[in-house]
Amino acid sequence: MDSVSIVAMASIITAGICMGIGAIGPGLGQGRAVQGALNAIAQQPDERNSLTRTLFVGLAMIESIAIYCFVISMILVFANPFWAYVVKKVGG
Amino acid sequence: MEVVAINQISPDQVIFFTWGFVTINATLVYTWLVMGILVVGSMVITRNLSTDRTLSRWQNLLEVIVGAIRSEIREVVKEGGDTYFPFIGTLFLFILFSNLFTFIPGYVAPTSSLTTTSALAIVVFFAVPIFGIAKQGVIEYLKEYFRPTFIFFPFHIMGEFSRTLALAVRLFGNLMSHEKVIAILLTVTPLFFPVVMQALGLLIGIIQAYIFAVLTMVYIASATQTHEEAEHKQKEH
Repeated sequence: MDSVSIVAMASIITAGICMGIGAIGPGLGQGRAVQGALNAIAQQPDERNSLTRTLFVGLAMIESIAIYCFVISMILVFANPFWAYVVKKVGG
Repeated sequence: MEVVAINQISPDQVIFFTWGFVTINATLVYTWLVMGILVVGSMVITRNLSTDRTLSRWQNLLEVIVGAIRSEIREVVKEGGDTYFPFIGTLFLFILFSNLFTFIPGYVAPTSSLTTTSALAIVVFFAVPIFGIAKQGVIEYLKEYFRPTFIFFPFHIMGEFSRTLALAVRLFGNLMSHEKVIAILLTVTPLFFPVVMQALGLLIGIIQAYIFAVLTMVYIASATQTHEEAEHKQKEH
């Protein structure tokens, strides 16, 4: 197996695994955040606006962890730093 | 009309022309477009401000926006929020409009490039100590880094850098990933899902602009809060 196929295979498999595992934690975390917010809104419906706003801020912070994993996957697939080097080495 | 091809990751790679050492890429063009629209729009709208009860529609819109940003700042910082208002307001409006204009065909959000978001995050990184030192003085501000114990100093430093990095990557990741998802969906199912994702992208853009501004405000508030105020808040609870 030459280096081009090794780099391609490793990049694609890693991109898939990275996004797959990286979505578990934030998914669970966001579920718990929404659960806490719904409990609080049920207990105090008057504070709904402030609670919803804080919920969205918290969700965006948790989401950013999943976004980091997504960025790594995108870089591996679209802007792979090793791909050009390996192709040049094989082609040249 | 595709500005960023599907195998390019950011508008930095789309170069319109080069001249010597000056390269004009898509990020630059769209950043200046958003800046131009914001500056020209506000200059035109605030030309004849009226204090009676009859306002023009655009002045009313601007007053709503200004009032909303002010009340958000006041929720984080109880008083003295007007010093931070131009900075936070500009950040919020620039990110908001550069995210919202994606409904225009052929437009690529400049915040979907890591360079723009890093620039904004670096501005925040420098603004937080500047506001802190302006409020508290250099010695008092630097003492805050050693505050719980002496050993916390490297953790505070690392915290500063990681906060800046998180700000940049959060905004970049949200916008870039959204554009890529829409581009990939366009190759799969043409009409329905990409349109729904575009609408979701507008919502995400608004939320991310709000998050960026609120986080900046929280960092500035924690940097300008003196030690006595922090202890006073602890004793209140």
